[in-house]
Amino acid sequence: MTQQGVRWTADQVLALAADDASRTAGSKLGSAGSWSGTGSAREEAVWGLCKGSGATPYRTVVDLADPSGPAYRCSCPSRKFPCKHALGLLLLWSGGEPVPRAEPPEWAGQWLTERRARLGRNTEKGEKGEKTEGSAADAAGGAADPEAARRRAERRAERIGAGATELEQRLADLLRSGLASAEQSGYGLWDETAARMVDAQAPGLAARVRELGAIPGSGPGWPARLLEECALLHLLDRGWLRRAELPDGLAATVRSRVGLTGTAGGPPVRDNWLVLAQYDTADAKLTTRRVWLYGTGSGRTALLLSYGPVGRAPELALPVGLALDAELSAYPDAGRQRAALVERHAPPEPTPVRPPGVTTVEAAARYGDALRDDPWLESVPVTLGDVVPTPDGDSWQLADADGGAALPLTSSAASRPGLWRLVALSGGAPVKVFGECGHRGFTPLTAWPTGAGEAVPLC
Amino acid sequence: MNGTAAALPPSGGTDTWEELVTAALLGTDRRTPPGVAPGPSAPLDLLDRAAAETVRRRAGLRPGPAAPRPEPAPGDPRPPLPAAAARRLAMLLADRPGAASGGRRGAAPDLMELLPQWLATANARGYAAPPQVLPALLDAARGRTDLRPAALEFAGPRALWLARLNPDWRFALRALPGGGAVLPRPEETDRVRRLWEEGLFAERVALLAAVRSREPDTARELLTATWATERAEDRLMFLDSLRTGLGPRDEPFLEQALADRSRNVRATAAELLSALPESALAARMAVRAAACVALDRTRSVPTLVVEAPHECDAGMERDGVVPRPPTGRGERSWWFGQLVEAAPLATWPTRLGGRTPEQIVALPVTDDWRGELHAAWCRAAVRQRDPAWSRALLGSPSAPEAGGPGAVSLAERAKLLGTLPAGERAEWVAGFIATHGLSEAFQLLGVCAVPWAAPLGRAVVDALNIARDAGSYPWSFSGVMGLAERCLDPSEAGRLDALMAVPDEPEDASPGAGGYWAEAFQRLVTTLRLRGVMREELEAP
Repeated sequence: MTQQGVRWTADQVLALAADDASRTAGSKLGSAGSWSGTGSAREEAVWGLCKGSGATPYRTVVDLADPSGPAYRCSCPSRKFPCKHALGLLLLWSGGEPVPRAEPPEWAGQWLTERRARLGRNTEKGEKGEKTEGSAADAAGGAADPEAARRRAERRAERIGAGATELEQRLADLLRSGLASAEQSGYGLWDETAARMVDAQAPGLAARVRELGAIPGSGPGWPARLLEECALLHLLDRGWLRRAELPDGLAATVRSRVGLTGTAGGPPVRDNWLVLAQYDTADAKLTTRRVWLYGTGSGRTALLLSYGPVGRAPELALPVGLALDAELSAYPDAGRQRAALVERHAPPEPTPVRPPGVTTVEAAARYGDALRDDPWLESVPVTLGDVVPTPDGDSWQLADADGGAALPLTSSAASRPGLWRLVALSGGAPVKVFGECGHRGFTPLTAWPTGAGEAVPLC
Repeated sequence: MNGTAAALPPSGGTDTWEELVTAALLGTDRRTPPGVAPGPSAPLDLLDRAAAETVRRRAGLRPGPAAPRPEPAPGDPRPPLPAAAARRLAMLLADRPGAASGGRRGAAPDLMELLPQWLATANARGYAAPPQVLPALLDAARGRTDLRPAALEFAGPRALWLARLNPDWRFALRALPGGGAVLPRPEETDRVRRLWEEGLFAERVALLAAVRSREPDTARELLTATWATERAEDRLMFLDSLRTGLGPRDEPFLEQALADRSRNVRATAAELLSALPESALAARMAVRAAACVALDRTRSVPTLVVEAPHECDAGMERDGVVPRPPTGRGERSWWFGQLVEAAPLATWPTRLGGRTPEQIVALPVTDDWRGELHAAWCRAAVRQRDPAWSRALLGSPSAPEAGGPGAVSLAERAKLLGTLPAGERAEWVAGFIATHGLSEAFQLLGVCAVPWAAPLGRAVVDALNIARDAGSYPWSFSGVMGLAERCLDPSEAGRLDALMAVPDEPEDASPGAGGYWAEAFQRLVTTLRLRGVMREELEAP
């Protein structure tokens, strides 16, 4: 490596990939055979032509100048982001293959110049930070007429209030005639009610209502589960209708549970954030990516959310087990740790730090405590210190290495392939496991062996 | 509740909660729980109480009692895999066949095809597998039986520990002798004898093979002791394990097995004996075969005359000759073939005036017996692992009949090549390709040592280049291309760069062929580079 500047390692490049498939596809393209016309300008940009299946090669450019993360541009039709060509190009460049230094050709230079001009403008206006955290609701608000915004918010609150009142009525009807009737009515009833809640601009209520529909078909014990969820929905309705009487923190939680996303307004916290876990969930319209971070300095745990349209990975991708120097800003709800990534100061780097662990008893107590601030909470993020994955009948549990207590795995976690990675890593010995601990059990997300060894993602 | 079977609800709450659930299930019109008055506000009162109960129950959850912990997995003393190699392995395992777009192969390498080579190298270096890849490794081995031996060796003791916990991986326990139990060493005489006498069939086969590979005589003695009481199918399997380390001291036992009740056992014993040129059976066969072949010196050119046997007598049958020919073959030529195949090759120079194998193979043969005679000699050369005869029967690779359907088929040639040293094998195949091109070479390339020796590699690349210039499409050569990707020496990659460019299309070429060839060569070069990197990653200390 004769060039100046910091060149990345292959690990850092692969960490950018949206999923395993992209990682594999990208690494196949990470050798000189696939490329022509490659070049790099200082350590700020790299480009090249990649032979694809068509007659014209794809034009791939990566802009590395932005400390908040690289930007990609490729003429291929892939909807993955970054696409395999961008990954392959970065691997080629990071692997010390000859990428000559040069002036960018016109097609690359134009995009780089335009992008940097645009970035410059944004920085001047002080609007950085929205790139990764695309909260749908009111990210762009504030700048316009404040009076109009206030009136809009008022109208929306009225609608939600009407929706909550209507929902109370439906729940009362259901309880009057009995949950047994819900078994016959199936999804139809709930889907229609959910649609009414969408009309009332209360997406949080709508999502909860929709999930009620699945409970009667969820196997033995469903009446208890349905009653729990109906009761919590009722609690949320009441919370919204009487939010003026609630303490500030709880009121903020109610607002966010109902579906009014606040803005990340907390003071920015700069720390070296260890990436604990990253996983996606998808519904009919949206892929939601959750990234758990642990502040190695502050000891705080934070959750980043990122969204993508269905079938496409969300833009934010952080490598599990690495740490990044960044500023986060918290969202206002009291119980949850949601935060927004304000600014990255350096790309993720390996770190020997592991989060401190607790026992299974402490983990369960932590969930109980968290319910005080947010009774709707399904689970809390917890790192279990020394636990042994132990088979328990048809399922599995995480048993304290010292002592006789164990947390059961959630039934979905016990049927995922990650379970076997966890069992293999442990080999009957204690491991450290980060995951989500809640009333359904424990969902392991990442594990560390007792001795030396890197973090093993389980999701 | 909610699947947390092992978690205990706080004491005292159960009854209240059950009453709430029952009332909710039936409806407040029919039933109200204690403390809730019937009436229009009953449903919401019930929900209020249920909400408080739900949060109370959740907040009070405690861990349950731990089930018995699993036995810890046995340790793996091998050194850990270098980090880069570990990442590479994860990548190879993530590349599921069919995950990429089907049909045309494109310019990117087939990672899954490189897994066998990766495993072989890692095993040769003696690295331990990273525990977290074991599930993916076991899944890959489950889908591909050809991967199993190398994958399980690499996966090591922890994989067996895992396989006992997951029924999907039970194959790993079956693949290992005695379900993964440790076999006694040959010097542990008592344990060996007890396992041999009391073990299950699979355990006994594994034990016999293990003992045979270290102490051939002990293995045979074990077998002799119980021979009379074994079932016919088992006798056949046990007899087969004597192939390893076969030697003159096995003769008395094999000779006795020639009188076995089972015809298959007799045939296998005869086959093993004929591979021992000093054995009495080989001598009997030599007498019989020699009686069928004579040199007629009265002709202008000395010529071999064949007089096939007129009957298959009891003695021949006892020595393993199968009396009934397959449909469509004459009895006499069938018997003749078997006699020559089982006779020691050293018979022939003595019988035929001290001629060398080359001179003997060159002799004309009367009455269309040449094919039958040479084919039988081929089988004999392979069975007796005789390089001199193999060389003579293979002939010169550039001989015109080597490419066409001569007396010796391609399959036989491939087997004959297997008896030659690796370097000579590669050189012969290189010569063959240089003269006859690639269309017939696939089978022969399959027996060459990997990575291919330099002359062979060059011959293949040159032939591919010629095929491209001839204007055909690369998929006519996809078999050889695939082999080249896996077998060419990675250091050859540099010499191939020039071939990756898309050439100007000659007028008579197939449309678009140039582009496809460039793509195929790109894949070849990329795969070779990748293999080079893979090897380096495994070299790292």
